[in-house]
Amino acid sequence: MATIGYIGEQLKEPEAPPVPSRLHDWLVTVDHKRLGIMYIATALFFFAVAGVLAALMRIQLAFPNGTFLPPQVFNRLFTMHGTTMVFLVGMPFFAGLANYLVPLMIGARDMAFPRLNAFGYWMFLFGGILLYFSYIAGEGLAGHGTAPDVGWFAYAPLTERAFSRGTSTDYWILSIIVSGIGSTSSAINVIATIVSMRCKGMTLALMPLFVWLMLVVSAMVVMVLPPLTAAQIMLLLDRYLGAHFFDTQAGGSAVLWQHFFWLFGHPEVYVLMLPGFACASEIIPVFSRKPIFGRAAMIGATIAIGILAVGVWAHHMFAVGMAPVSNIFFAAATMLVGVPTGIKIFNWVGTMYGGKLRFDTPMLFCVAFLFQFLIAGLTGVMMAAAPLDWQLTDSYFVVAHFHYVLLGGLLFTLFGAVYYWFPKATGRMLNETLGKWHFWLLVIGFHITFDTLHFAGILGMPRRIYTYAAGRGWEGLNLVASIGVIFQAAGVACLIWNIIHSVRKGALAGDDPWDAWTLEWATTSPPPEYNFVVLPEVRSSRPLWDLKHPEDPDWKYE
Amino acid sequence: MTPDIAVAQGEWTLPDRGKVGVACLIATEFALFTIFLVAYVFYLGKSLSGPNPGQVLELPLWPTFCLLSSSLTVGIAERALKRSRRRGFIVWTGVTILLGLEFLRQTALEWRHLISDWHLTITTNLFGTTFYSLVGLHASHVVLGLTLLTFTFALGLRGSMDGQGRRFELLAWYWHFVDAVWVAVFTIVYVVGR
Amino acid sequence: MNLSRQVACLWCLSIAAASAEPVHPVGNIFDPQATPAESVYHLSILVISVCAAIFFVVAGLLTFTIVRFRRKTDDHDEPAQVYGSSRIEIAWTVIPILIVLVLTMATARVVSAIQGRRAEANALQVTVIGHQWWWEIRYGDLGIITANELHVPVSSAAKPAPTFLRLESADVAHSFWVPQLSGKTDLIPNHPNNMWIDPRQEGTFLGNCAEYCGMQHANMLLRVIVQSPAEFGKWVAAQKLNAALDSRADEGRETFLALSCISCHTVSGTSAAGTFGPDLSHMMSRETLGSGAIPNTPANLRAWVRDPQAIKPGNLMPNMQLNALELDEVVAYLSSLK
Repeated sequence: MATIGYIGEQLKEPEAPPVPSRLHDWLVTVDHKRLGIMYIATALFFFAVAGVLAALMRIQLAFPNGTFLPPQVFNRLFTMHGTTMVFLVGMPFFAGLANYLVPLMIGARDMAFPRLNAFGYWMFLFGGILLYFSYIAGEGLAGHGTAPDVGWFAYAPLTERAFSRGTSTDYWILSIIVSGIGSTSSAINVIATIVSMRCKGMTLALMPLFVWLMLVVSAMVVMVLPPLTAAQIMLLLDRYLGAHFFDTQAGGSAVLWQHFFWLFGHPEVYVLMLPGFACASEIIPVFSRKPIFGRAAMIGATIAIGILAVGVWAHHMFAVGMAPVSNIFFAAATMLVGVPTGIKIFNWVGTMYGGKLRFDTPMLFCVAFLFQFLIAGLTGVMMAAAPLDWQLTDSYFVVAHFHYVLLGGLLFTLFGAVYYWFPKATGRMLNETLGKWHFWLLVIGFHITFDTLHFAGILGMPRRIYTYAAGRGWEGLNLVASIGVIFQAAGVACLIWNIIHSVRKGALAGDDPWDAWTLEWATTSPPPEYNFVVLPEVRSSRPLWDLKHPEDPDWKYE
Repeated sequence: MTPDIAVAQGEWTLPDRGKVGVACLIATEFALFTIFLVAYVFYLGKSLSGPNPGQVLELPLWPTFCLLSSSLTVGIAERALKRSRRRGFIVWTGVTILLGLEFLRQTALEWRHLISDWHLTITTNLFGTTFYSLVGLHASHVVLGLTLLTFTFALGLRGSMDGQGRRFELLAWYWHFVDAVWVAVFTIVYVVGR
Repeated sequence: MNLSRQVACLWCLSIAAASAEPVHPVGNIFDPQATPAESVYHLSILVISVCAAIFFVVAGLLTFTIVRFRRKTDDHDEPAQVYGSSRIEIAWTVIPILIVLVLTMATARVVSAIQGRRAEANALQVTVIGHQWWWEIRYGDLGIITANELHVPVSSAAKPAPTFLRLESADVAHSFWVPQLSGKTDLIPNHPNNMWIDPRQEGTFLGNCAEYCGMQHANMLLRVIVQSPAEFGKWVAAQKLNAALDSRADEGRETFLALSCISCHTVSGTSAAGTFGPDLSHMMSRETLGSGAIPNTPANLRAWVRDPQAIKPGNLMPNMQLNALELDEVVAYLSSLK
């Protein structure tokens, strides 16, 4: 394995400082690596919480006429599950990965604005705490202690004062505004870092794909979070100052909320997914032992996705009664955005083709991602055909579709990323055997649950119902779907145990355990606080390949 | 394995990160204002009752003049600071603040007139809702800008702004943005929408 | 025959007829029974075939790649470093765009066909108004107001009899979804929508509200009862009559009219003219109570009137705190409203 020597190698392990002092260091840190770890650890925590919420729902739905949960509890559960997964798991994973890896990959010492970085993390955390505080302090229709129960997209006028009394909806609004400020801060920081702090020789064209994807994601966050913030401010004005933005009794428009929300909401799902693409674009080449196939096309496709994604939002509104020409336009646009997405899948396969594939855990997750994201994209194409969407929207088919995207697609790549970069962040490898258990349990459980739920939607089961009668054809499907949860939970438990165990006792990783090619592997594991002793200078998109293969460097071909 | 890396001096220049950061902030605020403008335009003519724009709005020429002039004066202050002319910086920053305050005062007077004479509030009808939220959002950004300008004015008095031309330029960018938003609001609300 | 016995006969006949007709509880979108659902079904065959083909090609290639290019155990050489191929990139950009074009055109045709149809001159037009958590159904031309069950005549290619629905909402957003008849269309306050169905099979089709509308969204069920023209005519005639004045329920009627039931409910021909809750004039002609929450049986009716919150918690009919006598009388009265 190639390691790059560095100056000032420590000769002996110094005594660890006392715990309160160490905790204080984490509390006040502005180091991008620590903040990145904090983001990801917090995201994993919220993931476990939201997973428990989902498990509770699946217990309620396993049998018809379920009485495990009363309706108001169930309605809060799906609201909190969706809101948590999107804003408190997906977004911080983006922020954590970007903050940890971007400076390392571009050969910088930290982010452009380290204090803004810390500010962003704490805003995110406080936003999350605020959301869950509603369980204690929120008031709702059924009395005190109610979390919001309006669904994660909170359609008007259900969210207006008249139909959502008390403060539970306000917790939804305010917590997202607060954590949204954190997300925007991260995004601005990532853009400034990428534009202004690349090491010498790293033109935009030579940046790793991971960095390109984070740049596009951040640009999207900057532009599409405001429609949500604006809509939420308007909703607050309605609820507290008697405004009429979405007050249909005063001539306001409920559909306007949907337009504003989905103007944010659709690009948001790309914001969530693109970091997953970023991880896949780094892992797949390394474990195929080949450069990414079609780098320029991948960059072009990413930019195309970023732009097109802002033009498809109303495919969430096909059933709202828009004019035929609008429905046709958004159907066409939605299918069109599938083209660059498909190009990416083809290029990943093209990377693997002709390679020498190593199926360590990170690669296993990425291969499963490819199969699953392919299916997810295709069910998306089905629903892009507006009339088909008239049947499938708001049913368990779309629930299955977006879980395929976000669990089968995003989470699988994020888990792959955890196995891939954990050694860099901690200096120790995660256990491969446990990793494979995690992988296979998750694959099995994921498919048992979500393959099945497609059929529930096809048989007419709408979403967000806390129970259903027997005889609709849904009982068997729901029972099977609920059983899948057991496997998924077991898989995630393997991961958590693996992390806890390997942080102290994992095998030592060294600088570059995977024989990879980007700059983060050119320093120690974990990197020193200053990242690199000497800031690097690069000539190609795979600087370590050039160093390890001086007879056949990339810059001769790029 | 010898590292073939070195930090070279000179020709590798990248954009200033402060400028990139503030540009992104302005982009995000631009998106925010766009949505409120869209809501305003969407609801034009849809109020079920109550006063409409044509009846109650008067062209705010004087406040607009003040605000747009303040863009000029903040630019002069910026140049003065970059040329190390402390007195010029302080004077022109002060003028900018005064112009901004006059704009806010005029807005307040207009609102008082609308509320007490026309009984137009945010709850009256859709026009009231969209008008006060849009103009209010803009005014809140003016307040924020004035606060930051006052900070720099105070720092300038102490001499702490010497050499901070780059940073003040970023604040000036923000101020120019706030003015540009006003141009849009003025056009859509007071010219086209009336 | 006096009026009440006429009504009773009609009621018996319609119940007998209804119980002979099949119930279609499973809303399989691939088993369409009306033109809109069928157009969607045909489009779905095309779309799913295309998607399946894409899946088999790409997944097949991926599977082949995984198997063929697995690293051999002791092979540590790097493979040929291929950077890409412009020709391949162009190919797999152009072909998907062509597929998108084809699918868009097919989509456009179906969208226009379904959304473009306007009500013919003497077509049946019904207004459906969504409430939290029940459906108000008004046959404007026929002067009928009912709830939760939409009766329509059966249609056929030979004798088309489409029903055109105007969808409105009294409170929050709802959605009308009976999968075998049509895709869903939302009921949004201040935003009326239109849809149409022409069911080709008699029977009862079950549907759900398909837009989360609050606590009892799960129990806002829908029934579309498709009848032969004759049966439909009989049903219309029965519904048009004022509510039955069964002398055996006189005391019950007095009690009912004296209680605050009338502030929410209408019973035609009486002083009960509330519009907040469902019209009860012919409530015994309906198969369920609480918009599909429970079947309409004597025991269930009693349980509902005693405490609706126990059956459908959170619904907007409060527990009226009736004492035993009031309960008996009110239930007896309601039972007479056939």
